[in-house]
Amino acid sequence: MIELLDIAVLSMMVVSAVAVLWLRNLFAVVMLSGAYSLLAATLYVLLDAVDVAFTEAAVGAGIATVLMLGTLTMVPHQEKETRRGSLGGLMVVAATGALLVYATLDMPEFGDPDAPIHRHVVPRYMQDSPTEVGLPNVVTSVLASYRGYDTLGETTVIFTAAIGVMALLGWGRRKKP
Amino acid sequence: MREKPILRVGTKLLIPFILLFALYVQFHGDFGPGGGFQAGVIFASGFILYALVFGIANARAALPAGLRRQIMALGVLLYAGVGVVGMLAGGNFLDYSVLSDTPTTGQHIGIFLVELGVGMNVFATMATIFFVFASRDPSAKEDG
Repeated sequence: MIELLDIAVLSMMVVSAVAVLWLRNLFAVVMLSGAYSLLAATLYVLLDAVDVAFTEAAVGAGIATVLMLGTLTMVPHQEKETRRGSLGGLMVVAATGALLVYATLDMPEFGDPDAPIHRHVVPRYMQDSPTEVGLPNVVTSVLASYRGYDTLGETTVIFTAAIGVMALLGWGRRKKP
Repeated sequence: MREKPILRVGTKLLIPFILLFALYVQFHGDFGPGGGFQAGVIFASGFILYALVFGIANARAALPAGLRRQIMALGVLLYAGVGVVGMLAGGNFLDYSVLSDTPTTGQHIGIFLVELGVGMNVFATMATIFFVFASRDPSAKEDG
């Protein structure tokens, strides 16, 4: 049953990705990429990664779509007509895709408890988090406590992004034309 | 937007619940899915919805640029500050166990404050990026 859902969500993602490539109307493209993000969030829920799904739905489907719409107010709504069908490009993309699929063949099976990622620090976190940190949500314990340095770095990256955007697009004292 | 009463009333009804849900995600992140990042984004989306319906100028009056920048910087400072307090209390940087008498209470306090810092920073950043982008719109010529 869950495989059927996986296949349904994945094929809808493929359809929306192909539609993004084909459509010329940029408004429809933005909306479809938002739908793609929402489908990705659904997929994360199916993979039991609720926290990641939450972030994808809020950022990928929500904020990113709004920002793209903001950008659309400055550019034409119709993509410029270009020469379609570059055979070389298609071959490069197909080769890269085939290589990536080939690389997944070496990966441990999904949910395999003996996978390397489950044998390194995960047992330690799962076993000691209730006594050391005491939070029911181990994801939060890992993010905020065990991996506090990483999260501090990420917060600083977001701060830097805001500074960068403000430096590029104006600090709020933009001269009026 | 004077001519769209349904949209305006509907937005006004929705925004309190969006902000409340953001606060729930923020402070319930220790127990369920969620946390500062998601909460910050949802909180910002409440203001973005307000800006989309009532115009950038009104939204900017509700959330001035100076306030946004202060929240943004305070969020990072709060996060790093918790780490420094841990150092002053005799632990390592970002070690929350020393923040209270019992290690788990210290961890609770530390994670709560750190997530609050993340939420403040993400909220202000998302809102700022949106406002700066939106003010590039030729039809809205207010200051970013």
